[in-house]
Amino acid sequence: MEIGLGHYLTVAACLFTLGMSGIFLNRKNVIIILMSVELMLLAVNINFVAFSHFHADLVGQVFALFVMTVAAAEAAIGLAIIVVYFRNRGSIAVEDINMMKG
Amino acid sequence: MALTAIFFYLFATLALASGAMVIVAKNPVHAVLFLILTFFNAAGLFILLGAEFLAMLLVIVYVGAVAVLFLFVVMMLDVDFAELRAGFIKNAPVGLLVGGVVLAELVLLVLARGAAPVTLGLAASPIPMGLTNTEALGQILYTKYVYIFQGAGLVLLVAMVGAIVLTLRHKEGVKRQSIAAQVARGPATAVSMVKVAPGGSKIPEAAKR
Repeated sequence: MEIGLGHYLTVAACLFTLGMSGIFLNRKNVIIILMSVELMLLAVNINFVAFSHFHADLVGQVFALFVMTVAAAEAAIGLAIIVVYFRNRGSIAVEDINMMKG
Repeated sequence: MALTAIFFYLFATLALASGAMVIVAKNPVHAVLFLILTFFNAAGLFILLGAEFLAMLLVIVYVGAVAVLFLFVVMMLDVDFAELRAGFIKNAPVGLLVGGVVLAELVLLVLARGAAPVTLGLAASPIPMGLTNTEALGQILYTKYVYIFQGAGLVLLVAMVGAIVLTLRHKEGVKRQSIAAQVARGPATAVSMVKVAPGGSKIPEAAKR
């Protein structure tokens, strides 16, 4: 059976959904939420590369490269904020992060 | 072609299974390890799509840097993860509901639209013949998209500076190099004259320190 664009899009959609429900399921744990965001970005990257392959256009891969860059930067900053927050409050529970009453 | 299909289903199944384990794993360390497995399988999918450079980048950047960073933070912070999981069952229905709705929408969209042939305009950067993926990517990344490439570098620089600024702290009582103090040091503060008595080999008290 020929593997087409639809197959890859379905895998990416499932992965994106997993990341999304991960945010809802682990609402208290910031680290798991960050990992779920990484899963969603990975799904987006799979979409970009799949479209790039099946449309024979290299721009999709260039864009996936930039998505990867931003994801790496986001993980670094996010984890740094978690470390600082844990140092100050001794907890990383999401519901404790309400000092700014935003 | 059958081999491609077999590998596609292998990678896709493993990626989805380990992706599911990331969000339901009890132990966050296991969650990070399953995240690494997901990245490896996604890299396999990228290789099937002919994007070898991105696959290697995924393994090096995500597995080598991001996932290890996650592992480092999970192990470094002394958090009671069992307590953080308390709302898992309570949140399960809404999570599954939202996930199910989004998945149904996306899959229906793929089935309705994605399978149909799409007429495209000209490709912005067609994949050149006779070049490896890395060469082709490099040829457009450093010419056509060089400003965006520099912008990506800037994003990484800002992230690096931000992470250092956030987490760096100076401990009290630890001697540190002070460039300003070193530069401001002149003969007046650095040199002290000591009177030595003529003819004697006795070292004056002032020089004994």
